[in-house]
Amino acid sequence: MPRNLTYKDNPEESYQFLARIISAFIIILLLTAGLVIRLVYLQVAGHQHYATLAKENSIKIEPTVPSRGIIYDKRGNILAENTQTYTLELIPEQISDLDDTLIKLKTLLDIPGEKIEQFQKLRKRQKHFTSIPLLTNMTDEEVAKFAVVRPFYHGTDVQVRQSRNYPYGELAAHVVGYVGRINEEDMKELPLAEYRGSTFIGKLGIESAYESVLHGTTGYSEIEVNVQGRPLKTLKEVDPVAGANLHLSLDIELQKTAYDALEKYNGAVVAIEIETGGVLTFVSRPGFDPNPFVVGISNSAYQALNASPDQPLYNRALRGLYPPGSTIKPFMALAGLEYDAVGARQQLFCPGYYQLPNDSHHYRDWRKGGHGSVNVSEGITQSCDVYFYRLAGILGIDRIHSFLQQFGFGEKTGIDLMGEKAGLLPSREWKMAKKGQAWFPGETVITGIGQGYHQVTPLQLAKATATLANNGKVVTPHLVDKLVAESTRSPSASIPKSTIALKSANIKTIIAAMVNVVHSNRGTARSIGLDINYQIAGKTGTAQVINIKQNASYNEHQIDFKQRDHALFISFAPADNPKIAVAVIAENGGHGGSVAAPIAAKVIKQYLRDKQNAQP
Amino acid sequence: MNSESRREQFHTPTLTERILGKLHIDIPLFIILLLISLLSFIILYSAGSQEIGLLVRQAFRVGLAYLLMTVLAHINPYQFKRYSALLFGMGIALLVAVLIMGHIGKGAQRWLDLGVFRFQPSEMIKITTPMMIAWYLADHALPIKPQQLLISGILILIPTLLIAKQPDLGTAILVASSGAAVLFFAGLSWRFILAIIASLSALAPIVWHYFLHDYQRARIITLLDPEADPLGRGYHIIQSKIAIGSGGIYGKGWLGSKQSELEFLPESSTDFIFAVFAEEFGLFGCLGLIALYLLVIGRCLYIASQAQDTYSRLLAGSLAFTFFVYVFVNIGMVIGVLPVVGVPLPMISYGGTSVVTLLAGFGILMSIHTHKKLIPH
Repeated sequence: MPRNLTYKDNPEESYQFLARIISAFIIILLLTAGLVIRLVYLQVAGHQHYATLAKENSIKIEPTVPSRGIIYDKRGNILAENTQTYTLELIPEQISDLDDTLIKLKTLLDIPGEKIEQFQKLRKRQKHFTSIPLLTNMTDEEVAKFAVVRPFYHGTDVQVRQSRNYPYGELAAHVVGYVGRINEEDMKELPLAEYRGSTFIGKLGIESAYESVLHGTTGYSEIEVNVQGRPLKTLKEVDPVAGANLHLSLDIELQKTAYDALEKYNGAVVAIEIETGGVLTFVSRPGFDPNPFVVGISNSAYQALNASPDQPLYNRALRGLYPPGSTIKPFMALAGLEYDAVGARQQLFCPGYYQLPNDSHHYRDWRKGGHGSVNVSEGITQSCDVYFYRLAGILGIDRIHSFLQQFGFGEKTGIDLMGEKAGLLPSREWKMAKKGQAWFPGETVITGIGQGYHQVTPLQLAKATATLANNGKVVTPHLVDKLVAESTRSPSASIPKSTIALKSANIKTIIAAMVNVVHSNRGTARSIGLDINYQIAGKTGTAQVINIKQNASYNEHQIDFKQRDHALFISFAPADNPKIAVAVIAENGGHGGSVAAPIAAKVIKQYLRDKQNAQP
Repeated sequence: MNSESRREQFHTPTLTERILGKLHIDIPLFIILLLISLLSFIILYSAGSQEIGLLVRQAFRVGLAYLLMTVLAHINPYQFKRYSALLFGMGIALLVAVLIMGHIGKGAQRWLDLGVFRFQPSEMIKITTPMMIAWYLADHALPIKPQQLLISGILILIPTLLIAKQPDLGTAILVASSGAAVLFFAGLSWRFILAIIASLSALAPIVWHYFLHDYQRARIITLLDPEADPLGRGYHIIQSKIAIGSGGIYGKGWLGSKQSELEFLPESSTDFIFAVFAEEFGLFGCLGLIALYLLVIGRCLYIASQAQDTYSRLLAGSLAFTFFVYVFVNIGMVIGVLPVVGVPLPMISYGGTSVVTLLAGFGILMSIHTHKKLIPH
């Protein structure tokens, strides 16, 4: 009977059951197909989308900060350098008993309590595996003290951090400026991607004006992080490009000479190399030490600087506005000659005062008895005020304005610093627009001697002097001679030079007169021209701080120091082949000839001596 | 009849066949299961941060589970049938015990601590429920009658509600579907099935309001709109989809799961391990794994179709179908088409409880398949 043996029982039931099995399998296949469709949707159609999301999840970009460009002077002296400061930093995660460690470190290094508090504040904001600074700017002694016990402090270490140092301190502060911590204000304007990881940004001076080239290009590394943000490995690295080094036209030794020469006076000394427009000295005294600004100046120190009556933070050379006084006279004289308002030999009579027709007001000459009959050359040499009152009257304000404008008065010189003041060159239109008043003849008269509305910056004066010395070829001052970068950055573009159309005979007349200021026995600055084998052309100036009443006389010994006249001097040398132009303003210095001229002379003499020594 | 033709009918078993016969192991099912277990270790190594200790612990559990499977495969299906009601009753009693203890302990309670190991009565119920229903229906002629359906329904609802109360929605679903599967194989009419589905859909709002916990409702909302709360409830689903999607067609390769390695994907070695698998092995890997699962299910359904008596058939069919539900619910939630319920990926996820229950089920299936007697046709 084996053939009739089978494993199955009731055939009908098993048939029915088989149908169900097949149905179940079909249902299963259908549902599985649903899963597969979803998988295809996620992994094929959505792959790009989800791959991007996955990357964003786990890849962090860590910036690598480039080293900032170094700033050198003309001779290669370092004006701004990168330094390293030592910082004691703790990684809380690696420290088993943080409180205990802090107490021990406090006693060891004598850390003030406020630093500990600051650390605790920082710690709460940072991830527990980041290195948090406890003590910045450590002294060598502190570093050494910690080094001894370092093995017992796991998770605590001295880190080297980048900083910036200005070796010449106050001497070059108004030129070089300083960097400071990037603040919220800076953030608004910065290309944030470029400044990721950067601590400092130029705040003032060259540091600020050349921020983009000094900063360099930030590199980065792509770091894989886990869900807590802990770095795991570096996937890609792009090296930073260091900032360009800057070579300034500034001569720090000449700067020092000029700075020291001002002695007790606040003021400015700007010297320009005529051929290039390179600024040789850019002194604003008093200066200030820029170094505390790098790490963050304390509030009290800042307040002290701000409140000082000498205004050390005030860049006089760039922003100081002074009446040009008699230093305007050579330009005024040149205008007279160029416009044929006066002849070179034509004499004007000086009785010691000047009166406009139908006006009783006496415009006084600085010399009570007057200069008698003077021509243009004598007018300059003796600084005869009446000559220039008359000349100004003949020229009229419109011609004065348009002529002086060519020398850059009333507009920014275009130096490569920010915050420059344009000064003020008055005109009919200006007065109408500003004051809603017509121009009065009396205002023309005092404009002739550089008083009244006319205001100049020391830098403007220097530029105008250099332009005069350069036969009217406009000199545009600049501080940065060249950029030296690892990448091929082009050097600063040469500035197009415009030329003022001037007759050479007229210029010769003016220069000769300016030489006489220094070298003739009637010159107002004759004391400085005695010991040199070349000629200096110059012009003294005195700018009034207060008005002297009609019948009163000015006696500098009787009035307050702060109300004394400013002493001015413009000059260039050698007169026959000008190399350097210098403008000096000594605030409350009194007389241009006795105070300002010797300062300019020191700069000129040192510069030409150095130049001579440099040539074999 | 000569001896030759006899041999055609009853050939003498070879030595291997005799050994295998003694072991009561179903070789095809066994091989597929081993393959899946192997895959499990491969992916666990990656998902578990390449920690050997974790693999060793899991290997110990899986080893025990395979041992249990072999032991159960040796037991005659008749014995299972005999003790079905008793085991079911015990399971219910333990569930009640757990529930009371949980009530006292003021919190979710699923475990019974037996000192040496912790025991989850809800796991045992996954197998004893279909055993109970199969036992109940086995003595009646199929297809199932309305009265039997009613009683079966109650029998299924008791453990389901007890587990849902724990609350363990995932297991409750599995238990309910294991019981329902028995009814399906018992020939429940299609019309009735459709009616049930329709009324369940109608009842859904009531269930939503009165039977679901807040967090369970939140999970369903999350499923529908994971971006609504990306760092909270939606986080699992979003990170899981990122893992799967970023795997693409070919995957990132073994140990290449960034989402899991960098800890963006939570529960990457337990409930969400499929996401790691999908990220590392891509669409092809997923299709391969699903194919292996289908092979297991197919073999189990085949075993069911070859079973000799009603009890065996119903039980085998249910175990096969429940295994599929397991796979479907887990993958469904990981790929974001089903709400997040705590169901591990069968045979792959880290953890001992589910693998022990699953292999116990396969042990029973093997027992059914390897204990056959000749019966008159």
